Amino acid sequence: MLRLAARRLLKVVPLLLLVSVIAFGLLSMVPGDPAVQIAGEFATEEQIAEVRSDLGLDRPWIVQYGDWLGNAIQGDLGTSPFSGVSVSTQIWQRLPTTLSLLGWALALSVLIGIPAGTIAGWRQGSVVDRVLTMGTSVGVAIPVFVSALVLALVVGLKLSWLPATGYVGFSESPVDWARHLFLPAVALALTGAAEIARQTRAGIIQVKNEDYVRTAKASGLMTRQVLGRHTLKNAMIPVVTVVGLQISRLFGLSVLVEQIFNIPGIGSRLVTAVFENDVPYIQGTVLLVGIAIVAVNVAVDVSYGYFNPRVRAA
Amino acid sequence: MSIVDAPIGATAAVVLPGESRRARFWRRFKRQRAAMVAAGFLIVVALAAIFAPLIAPKDPIEQSLSDSFANPSSDYWLGADRLGRDTLSRLIYGARYSLLAAAQAVAVAVVLGVPLGLLAGFARGWFDSVASLVADAVLSIPAIILALAIVGVLGPNLTNAMIAIGIVYAPRLFRVVRGAAISVREETYIDAARASGVGTLRIARGHVLPNVMSPLIVQISLALGFAVLAEAAVSFLGLGVQPPDASWGVMLGQATAQLEDHPVLVLAPGIAIVLTVLAFNVLGDGLNDSLGREIREA
Repeated sequence: MLRLAARRLLKVVPLLLLVSVIAFGLLSMVPGDPAVQIAGEFATEEQIAEVRSDLGLDRPWIVQYGDWLGNAIQGDLGTSPFSGVSVSTQIWQRLPTTLSLLGWALALSVLIGIPAGTIAGWRQGSVVDRVLTMGTSVGVAIPVFVSALVLALVVGLKLSWLPATGYVGFSESPVDWARHLFLPAVALALTGAAEIARQTRAGIIQVKNEDYVRTAKASGLMTRQVLGRHTLKNAMIPVVTVVGLQISRLFGLSVLVEQIFNIPGIGSRLVTAVFENDVPYIQGTVLLVGIAIVAVNVAVDVSYGYFNPRVRAA
Repeated sequence: MSIVDAPIGATAAVVLPGESRRARFWRRFKRQRAAMVAAGFLIVVALAAIFAPLIAPKDPIEQSLSDSFANPSSDYWLGADRLGRDTLSRLIYGARYSLLAAAQAVAVAVVLGVPLGLLAGFARGWFDSVASLVADAVLSIPAIILALAIVGVLGPNLTNAMIAIGIVYAPRLFRVVRGAAISVREETYIDAARASGVGTLRIARGHVLPNVMSPLIVQISLALGFAVLAEAAVSFLGLGVQPPDASWGVMLGQATAQLEDHPVLVLAPGIAIVLTVLAFNVLGDGLNDSLGREIREA
């Protein structure tokens, strides 16, 4: 287990470096003079010159990258041109909000997706299976911004059961925190649960026809035992991969959901940053999210070792 | 749906003697009723987009403030928006933007992903290692976040948005093409071609590419669905198609502003997006089952 983890970590270093090159390289995609762009529309000549020397835009690319990376490792991702606030401070303040949303969304996705997929796969071809499979096909196709709008409208505005927009921090009021996050999390979880349910169903169908499951059934074990011990654990391997992929997808989609529900997370700030051409914030977000997703992928790979001991030896 | 559905039955996969590739594809594809319906729907949408000026009952950007929020009637079949613009006409013209934008994005992804994937899978070695690592790095950043980041630095407009979506999707095509290329490079006919002195580039184009086409076509269908969705998302945020022109995403974004008083406005563009994305996905699955490798009858 430990050796597997160590080997996997070694492969991650070049990947993380490349992610940082992509994040840094975004600056070179800015059309025209990046200093003029970053300084903003109403900047004076001096401000532009200051930005240029601040960012070291007059030096070779590789030196600029080295400086940028060195600062980033020390937690300095530069400052936003309009507000002058440091990027890491902005991300740090907003990260708990985004992570709460993602945590809720992922928990709901798994809690809905795995049981639904298990029932559908175990009762393959039944009415329940057909209804669930149809539901997941639609769930995958409905854009998250449409489901978010419908939820905000029906549950939030028409029925007034839950707040339609806004956010309250956990430390202020845990109850309000949960009430505000529930609808956005459900909007995200609809698509996440659909993918997880499809993969779980496919996994269950594959495993339940294996000899050892039939043997277990034939030897008179209760359904609960056959399903739990023999089928579910083996069907979980592809599901873990999908859950890992969902974290990445939900992270991306949370940008839209935060925007619609007016949640002050790193995603909704990214949208304003795009409008403001706030390159340092954009770079910082890409770097941070990229690192987070690489870490999730490593965790997924290592978890194979738990679900499937054969991987440990490989 | 390919993950969920059982593999194609033996009967569907049988090769009839003397049957051409195309005839076999048609015979199999016609059996996929859902995919046929999806293809038909997409053809209708495409025709509506092409002949929009002939079909649309009104000018999509012409305002008529007295008809603000008009209900569906013989004059406005699907009603009108805040500025009294005909919803049906905007929907038809919106199909133009949505489909054209999706095609642009997928073209960018194909141009970037396919040649590199072919080369990486066929040549292997250091080039494959480097290209695969780059693809992995791009895939580590969630698609929407990377697309927004690229739009953010390039500047918000539709072309930049579609370039961004193409770049984000390219590694997915790269992986599929690379995988398919690896699986055929060990085949005997490749060795035979190589032994008879055919150059690498010619083998890649003449022997590997045709074998990569089937998975590639499936992926392109899925990519188009992704791109329609992505265009809608970007335009919804106000970073793609710019008003007064309307794509489905723009219509949805504008409808959001009046969500509380006139929720109906969300319906038309919302349904158009969902159906089109669903159709591309169902078509992709159907193609997957019809283009799969044949099992020869013993």
